[in-house]
Amino acid sequence: MFTSPYITKPVSVSEIMLKVMLALLPGIGFYVWYYGPAILVSITLASVTALATEAAMLKLRDRPVAPFLKDNSALLTAWLLALSIPPLAPWWLVVVGTLFAISISKHLYGGLGNNPFNPAMIGYAVLIISFPVQMTHWLTPHPVGHPELSFIEQLGYIFSGVLPRGLTLDAVTMATPLDTLKTQLHLGLSVGEIRDMPIYGRLAGKGSEMVATGFAIGGLYLLWNRIISWHLPIVYLGTLYATAGLFHVIDPAHYVTPLFHLFSGAAMIGAFFILTDPVTSPTTPRGKIIFAAGAGILTYLIRAFGGFPDGMAFATLLMNICVPLIDAYTQPKVFGKKAKGAQK
Amino acid sequence: MLTALLVMSILALVLGAGLGFSALKFKVEGNPLVGKIDAILPQTQCGQCGYPGCRPYATAIAEGEADINMCPPGGEEGIQKLAELLGVEAKPFGAGAAPKPKAVAFVDENNCIGCTLCLQACPVDAILGAAKQMHTIIASECTGCELCIAPCPVDCISMEPIAESVTTWKWQYPVYAFIPSTEATRR
Amino acid sequence: MRQLHRFHGGVHPPTNKTQSSETPIIASAMPSKLVIPLHQHVGNIARPVVSVGEHVLKGQVIGKADGRLSSAVHASTSGTIATIGYSKVAHPSGMDDLCVTLIPDGKDEWVANLGADYRELSHTDIRHRLRDAGVVGLGGAVFPSDMKLYGGKHQIKTLVLNGAECEPYITCDDRLMRERAAEILLGAEMMRDLLHAEEVVVGIEDNKPEALAAMQQAIVDGKHARMEAVAVPTVYPGGGAKQLIRVLTGIEVAAGVRSTEMGVQCFNVATAYSAYRAISYGEPMLSRVVTVTGNVERPQNYEVLLGTPVAELVAQAGLKSGTQGYIMGGPMMGFLLPSDQVGVVKATNCIIATAPTLFPAPAPTMPCIRCTRCAEVCPAELQPQELHWFAKAREFGKAQDYHLFDCIECGACSYVCPSNIPLVQYYRYAKSEIWARERDKTAADTARQRHEYRQFRLEREKQEKAEKLAQKERAALLAKQQADAAAATANTDEDAQARIQAAMARVQAQHDATQPRNTANLTPEQQAKIDEIEARRAHIQELAHPEADLDKHHEPPKE
Ligand code: SF4
Ligand code: SF4
Ligand code: SF4
Ligand code: SF4
Repeated sequence: MFTSPYITKPVSVSEIMLKVMLALLPGIGFYVWYYGPAILVSITLASVTALATEAAMLKLRDRPVAPFLKDNSALLTAWLLALSIPPLAPWWLVVVGTLFAISISKHLYGGLGNNPFNPAMIGYAVLIISFPVQMTHWLTPHPVGHPELSFIEQLGYIFSGVLPRGLTLDAVTMATPLDTLKTQLHLGLSVGEIRDMPIYGRLAGKGSEMVATGFAIGGLYLLWNRIISWHLPIVYLGTLYATAGLFHVIDPAHYVTPLFHLFSGAAMIGAFFILTDPVTSPTTPRGKIIFAAGAGILTYLIRAFGGFPDGMAFATLLMNICVPLIDAYTQPKVFGKKAKGAQK
Repeated sequence: MLTALLVMSILALVLGAGLGFSALKFKVEGNPLVGKIDAILPQTQCGQCGYPGCRPYATAIAEGEADINMCPPGGEEGIQKLAELLGVEAKPFGAGAAPKPKAVAFVDENNCIGCTLCLQACPVDAILGAAKQMHTIIASECTGCELCIAPCPVDCISMEPIAESVTTWKWQYPVYAFIPSTEATRR
Repeated sequence: MRQLHRFHGGVHPPTNKTQSSETPIIASAMPSKLVIPLHQHVGNIARPVVSVGEHVLKGQVIGKADGRLSSAVHASTSGTIATIGYSKVAHPSGMDDLCVTLIPDGKDEWVANLGADYRELSHTDIRHRLRDAGVVGLGGAVFPSDMKLYGGKHQIKTLVLNGAECEPYITCDDRLMRERAAEILLGAEMMRDLLHAEEVVVGIEDNKPEALAAMQQAIVDGKHARMEAVAVPTVYPGGGAKQLIRVLTGIEVAAGVRSTEMGVQCFNVATAYSAYRAISYGEPMLSRVVTVTGNVERPQNYEVLLGTPVAELVAQAGLKSGTQGYIMGGPMMGFLLPSDQVGVVKATNCIIATAPTLFPAPAPTMPCIRCTRCAEVCPAELQPQELHWFAKAREFGKAQDYHLFDCIECGACSYVCPSNIPLVQYYRYAKSEIWARERDKTAADTARQRHEYRQFRLEREKQEKAEKLAQKERAALLAKQQADAAAATANTDEDAQARIQAAMARVQAQHDATQPRNTANLTPEQQAKIDEIEARRAHIQELAHPEADLDKHHEPPKE
C-alpha cells in the first residue's frame, strides 16, 4: 500500500538528464564545425565506456541495473568528460578517464546522488595529472589555418596514433588559448602582443569562443526551462568577470580582459553544466551563491597564478569539498520563523 | 628557531591555563554519567539486570562493573544508546535476556485475597489496595516489571501485552519494492 | 481591494474538479446500517452513553464528550443500536476503534431539539452547545470548534473563513458555498461575535468563480458589514490554514504557535455552516457534504449521514469496474481506506474511487539527486531533501533541528520529486517515531519519580521505626530514673516539683512518640529530597499534560 500523495508530476531523473544533454548540442555543433568530427568519436567512446562501467558497477554493488542505466546520468558524465578533453585524444585516454569517473568517483562513493565530487571533473583531473602531454594537445580550429585532417585521418590518429605522412602532432595541434596566454606572459610578452597572435579571435581563442557561445545558448535553454536555477551560472560568471575585471583594470598589460576569461576554457560549460550538477552542489539558495562565487574566484586564481592553464575543474573540485559545510551553515529560516522574536 | 620554540611554549601555557580555568569554572558536581545512563534506562525497575532497579544498574555501568547489555526492557535501542553515550561497541543481549513486548499487570479481581504482598513488591507504587481488600493495578503507572507476579499466593496476577491502538499507531518506515531482495534482507 | 500576499512554493496539480462540481448536492439514500466511530475528532474519545438494543432518535447523543478536549457523537438517524464494539474505521492505520452500529428504522424521527438565536445566548452557553452538538473542524483537522472559539487574552483582528479547497477532486465546499452561502455567513457572524473579531475574510481560490460570486452576493444580501469574500490564486496548498492566513493577512503563523496569538483565527466554511445549524436549529453534526468522485459513473456531491458505509455511498454514484480501493480526502493528503465498510466520519470530505487508470502505480524510486525541486515548492520553506535524509537514516534529533515538525505533510515535495521518493511517508514515519519516544520517555520519567519516591518512603519508614523504638527506650529509662529519684527525696518541696516535672516529661515523651507521622521531624536532607522529588513530579506532570495539547502539531521537546 502506498501513501499520499497519490499523484506525481511526470518528471523523472532521466528526463532531466536528457534535457541537459540536449542543451549541450549547440556547443557540440560549433565544436564539430571548428574542429572537425573527432569530438563525436570521443563522445561515443566515452558513452559506451560509461554505460558498460555503470552496468558492471551496479551488478557488483547488487543494485538493479535497468532503472539506473535509464537515468542517463552516466551518459551525461561521459559527454561532459569527452567535451573537456582534447578532441584528438588517443582512444585510451577517453576510456581511462571515463572508467575512472564512473567507477571510482561515482560508484565507490555510493552511486547516483551520493558522490561528493563531480565525476566528470575527477576524470579530467586524473587525466591532466597523469597524462599532461596528451591533455594539452588541442586540434587547431580551422579558421587559424593550419593543415587540416580529414575524418578518416582523425580516426586513424585516435585509434592507432598514426598521422598522415609528413605531419607531426605539433603541426595539427596547438596549445589552448589559455595555455598560450600563460606561456607567452611568462616569456615576457604583454597581453596586447599576445592577443595579436593568429589564434585569437574577437573575444578569446578563435573557434573556442564560438563553442563557449554554443554552451551559453544551451545554458540559457536550461535556465528558461528551469532545469537549473540561476544562482550557480550567473554568480559564477559574475564573480569570474568581476575578479578578472579587477586585475585587468589594475594592470591591463598583464591581465587579460574579463570577457576573454568568460569565453575561454571551460568557463561556460562549467557555469551551466558542471557546477550545476545538483548532486555535488549546495542545496540552499545562499549556499549556491557562496559555492559559485568561490568557484569563480578559484578559477581565476588558478588561471592567473596557478600551475595549470585552466582552473575550472580544480575550482569545482575544491568547492565540492566545502558543500556539506556550506549547506549546514546556510540553512534558510522556515515559514513563520523569520521574524525576530519568533520562538526557536 | 628560538622564536618558534618560544611561541609554541607560550601558546601551550596559555592553552593549558585556559583548560585549567575552565575545568575549575565548569566543574560538575557528582557523577553526571550515572544520571545520563539512568536517563537512557527505561525505568521499568524490574531488576532483570541483576541490580535492584535502574539507578543501581546505572551506577554499576558508570563504575565499569556491569556490561551494557543487561537490560531487556530497554531493547536493542537501549543498548545502542548506551553504547553511543559511553563510546563503546554495541553488543547483543547476553543469554536468556531477550526483550519482550511491553505489557501491564492485571489482577484477576475475583481471586484476589487482599494479602498486600504485591503492593509491597511494586517498585513504582502502581498497585492500589489495602489489607483484606481487593487490589487493582493502575495500568497507566505500571511499568510491566513483573515483580508482583511471584509474591502473589493465589497466582491471580497476569501480564497483558499492550496492544497498538489508533492513538499509539506508528507510520511505517517506507519500503519500496524496487530495491532487490538481497538488499532488503541484509538490513 | 485587499492586498494579497504570497507564500513560498506550491504546485499546480491537475484539479479534476469539474467532474463533480456542476451538479447540486443531493441527499444520500438511507443506508442499511450506520457504523459511527466514537472518535471522530481530535482529543479524547467520546464516552458511549447508549446500550445495545436501545432505540435511539435522530440527533440523540450516543457518545458524550469526555474531558476538556473532546466532542460529542450523535445518532445520525433513528433506529436501534446493534453493537458497540471495535471495528475498522477511516484511519490510515487501518486499525479498529470503538464504533456504535445503528440499524435505521427508516422513520428518521428527531429527538426534541431547541434552536435559539445566538445573540440571546451567553458565549459560554454557545460553546457548550457547540461541543454537545459535536461541531468540529470540517476541513479535515476535526479539531473541536468550541476550543477554537476562545479569543483568550489575545485581540483577534481577522476571522478567516477557508473556502479555498485547494486539493484536487474535492468540491464539497465549492457546492456548499454556491448553495448555502447565507447560512455560512450567519455562522461566520456568530463566530465573529464569539471571538470579538473585527473583520471576516473568506478566501476562495479563483478556480471557483461561481462560489465566489455566490458568497459575494450573500454578503450584500445579508448586509454583512466588514466581511468580504476574496479570490486567492489557485495554488496547492493554498487552502492550508497557515498558507491561507498568510495570503489574506500577510501573517506567518509558525508551527506550534496558535494563530490567535497573532490575532487571526481560521475556520472552514463548512464548519461555519454546521456551527450555525447547531445553534440556530439545535441540529447536531449528523451529516456532511461528501464529494464522491474518481472511478464512478456520476461524480457528485452528497449530503451523507455520518456512519454511512462507504460502499453504500459510492454505489449510488455508480461504481465503475476496475475500482481497486478508496481514497478518503484528496489525492495529495488523503489515505487509502482499509475497507469499504468503514463509516463516513466528520473528516470525510471526499471519497475517490481509485483505479490504475486514474492513479497509476508510482514509478520506481531513485536516490535523491539533491535537485532541490522539493525545496522550491515547500510551502513551509523547509529543505525536504535534508529531512528525508535524516529520517531515512533515523537521525531524529537532526530531523527536528531541521524543523521536521513545521512540515504540514502537504505532499508538494513528493509531487515534484523526479526521483519519486515517498518523502512525506518518511516525515510521517519520523514524526510518529519521535512521538512514540516522547511517550516512552514521559512514562520512564514518571516511573523514575514514583520509584524514587517509594525508595524514599521506605527509607523514611525504616528510620521512623528505629526512632520510635529509640524514643520508647529513652522514655522508659527516664521514667525509671525519675521514679528512683522520687523514692529518694520523698516528702520535700522539690519532691512535688520533681513529680510534676516527671509527669510533664512523660506527657512530652508520649507526645513525641505519637506525634511524628509523615512529614514532621524531617532532617534537612530529607526535606530537600522531598522538595526535589516534588519539583520533578510537577515538571513531569506538566510534560504529560501540556497546555499545548490543544495544538495538533505541537512539537515534543528534543532529547
Ligand atoms: S533490567 Fe529492569 S531494573 Fe535493570 S535497568 Fe532495565 S528496566 Fe531497570
Ligand atoms: S498478591 Fe495477589 S492476592 Fe495478594 S493482594 Fe496482590 S493480587 Fe491480591
Ligand atoms: S525533489 Fe527529490 S530528488 Fe530532488 S532534492 Fe528533493 S528529494 Fe531529492
Ligand atoms: S510535505 Fe512537508 S516538506 Fe514536503 S512540501 Fe509539504 S510542508 Fe514541505
